[in-house]
Amino acid sequence: MANSAIRAEGLGKKFIIGHKVEQGGLLREAMTSGAKALLRRGADFLKGRARNISGQTEEFWALRDLSFDIRPGELVSIIGHNGAGKSTLLKILSRITEPTLGRVEINGRVNSLLEVGTGFHPELSGRENIFLNGAILGMSRSEMRQRFDDIVDFAGVAKFIDTPVKRYSVGMYVRLAFAVAAHLEAEILIVDEVLSVGDAEFQAKCINRMSQVADTGRTVLFVSHNFAAVSALTKRSLVLQAGRLTFDGPVEAGLAYYTESLGKSGKERYWGRGKDSTIVSAKLVDAAGAPTESFVSGTPLRLRVVVETSGMRGTSLELILRDQHNLPIAFYSSATFSNVPIPAQAGRYECVLSLDSYFLAAGEYNIDLQTTSTGIVVDHHVDGAVQFFVNACNPGEVAFDFRQDQGTGHLAMKLSAPLLFMPVEADQQTG
Amino acid sequence: MSVPDSRISTHLILQAGQADRQYWRDLWRYRELLLILAWRDVTVRYKQTVVGIAWAFIRPFLTTVVFTVVFGHIAKIQTNEAVPYAIVVIGGLLPWTLFSSVLGDASGSVIANSNLIGKVYFPRLIVPLATVLVVVIDFAVSLSILAGLMIWYRVVPGWQILLLPFFLMLALLASLGPAIWAAAVIVKYRDFRFVVPFVLQFGLYVSPVGFPSSVVPERWRMLYNLNPMVGIIDGFRWCIVGGDSPIYWPGFALSLAVTAFFLWLGVGTFRRIERSFADMI
Repeated sequence: MANSAIRAEGLGKKFIIGHKVEQGGLLREAMTSGAKALLRRGADFLKGRARNISGQTEEFWALRDLSFDIRPGELVSIIGHNGAGKSTLLKILSRITEPTLGRVEINGRVNSLLEVGTGFHPELSGRENIFLNGAILGMSRSEMRQRFDDIVDFAGVAKFIDTPVKRYSVGMYVRLAFAVAAHLEAEILIVDEVLSVGDAEFQAKCINRMSQVADTGRTVLFVSHNFAAVSALTKRSLVLQAGRLTFDGPVEAGLAYYTESLGKSGKERYWGRGKDSTIVSAKLVDAAGAPTESFVSGTPLRLRVVVETSGMRGTSLELILRDQHNLPIAFYSSATFSNVPIPAQAGRYECVLSLDSYFLAAGEYNIDLQTTSTGIVVDHHVDGAVQFFVNACNPGEVAFDFRQDQGTGHLAMKLSAPLLFMPVEADQQTG
Repeated sequence: MSVPDSRISTHLILQAGQADRQYWRDLWRYRELLLILAWRDVTVRYKQTVVGIAWAFIRPFLTTVVFTVVFGHIAKIQTNEAVPYAIVVIGGLLPWTLFSSVLGDASGSVIANSNLIGKVYFPRLIVPLATVLVVVIDFAVSLSILAGLMIWYRVVPGWQILLLPFFLMLALLASLGPAIWAAAVIVKYRDFRFVVPFVLQFGLYVSPVGFPSSVVPERWRMLYNLNPMVGIIDGFRWCIVGGDSPIYWPGFALSLAVTAFFLWLGVGTFRRIERSFADMI
């Protein structure tokens, strides 16, 4: 038996990225590029060779020179900004894409949960989807039959097991999907961000299940922005920055290192691109429109955001507000909440997102921005796109600083009607 | 602690260009996924339709009627009097429908399953192969038309009918080559989504579906057999009516060679491109 579960040596992954927004416009492409280029491309595609249009593309290293060694039974978290290469690393380890450089040695059967509910078909019943999903994740029917009852139990959907999943509520759907994934057999489990779904109770159940899995001596690789889960589940963490491994050590030190880097990273990091839409830049601005890093509680929250779109219809610009522990506390979606999608015409747009006045507790916040197409598929997600802090929060006349770290939440609530305490007679109290 | 499943390899080296050394063994291990994907497609296909799988019967049946009227009665194409024209048509239509369904469905299958391909590993060839299974099921249903017509016209098949599964295999192989090639190339060049339906529409008329290939002048027959479906359709008819519809053997050999070539090209191209499917999709 080899003494490491996963050993990576000098791992690198290169992508060729295009610079044009409107890629895939066949006619336009044919008209703008010369006949010679077309001929060459014709020869290329007959042989299935990669298309190479010099000048319009650029090399981009998503991962560079990554080396690490994970022993069997280790619980490791991978943390890093969006675009730092986490997903690419997981995709290489789960054989979805292959590395450009270097090698990885894996000992043990790998099961990767890169997205819950992969391959679920809305028309099929819960029962049918359990078997379908199991097969997709590499399990045999007999193995699935053994686990079937456990899965249904865990998901708590026994009553609806023969109903098509398109009639499920989002919660039921996610629970079933996670349940299938959590009951698969593997020595190495790769988990990406699955705990960000479901209600608090179910999340606790998931974390519980994950630690059970970990207790049976399996190797777990875990990616999450939920720092509480990361520190509860894992003992060691790898921090990725711009495709390089910048930290490898105990989880608490890793989280501290990452949080610190969040603060000073700021403007220069590469945000990556979405398929149809891309968030180019985002800044918190004050009432005069000048960039700022501090937010005055009780005033509108204003973000100036620049997006690029290929013209995909119905794309929503969304934000997730996170507190200093990186836990999500608020959400906004332009298409679903205000019926304003990103324009369905290709180009670059700037907007000022001006949100209602909130009395946010004093402390640090950061905002994830994302674009979502057709209401469910996240196209481009930028972690911590905007960081800001609230110096003081004093919602009333009494001098009182409402702070995040008091443990009483993030939002000071205000009355919508005067609060009056009316005297109540003793004999009326039972009525 | 659970016992490792012996079906799945426990030692693996991922490296550029050799991430899938055990590809064919993996393909065999994932055979259940192949069945389940096919089952999914069949189940989902006829959901919310009124007549369901009867569609697999109705379409070729109506086409047979139309072709019989157009080619047999209006255009009056010369044929051996011993064989009813409807039998000639169905003998060509069955393999042609098989070919066009495989090419049409399998070529778009990788794109249609892009959510799976970007999220989970499995040998990608499973995806187009699963659509082939679905087509075979439809084919089995439409075989009943052939049986019905043979009873109606009192055509008694000879021993050749036993070779029908062999020609069915050939038809599948002939369609699989171009289908796999297109499935892979479409990932990068979506242009082929427009090319494939066009080729199929065109192919219906240049293949001997509505007429026997014997109407083609002798000196052109070799050239005509460059279309792999010519030899296979001839073979189908030969199975059904025996000596009354002879096979042109040199042409048949050429059809086989073309089939083999496309299969080689298709599998080769697919295997080369599939490693980067997830990066392009």
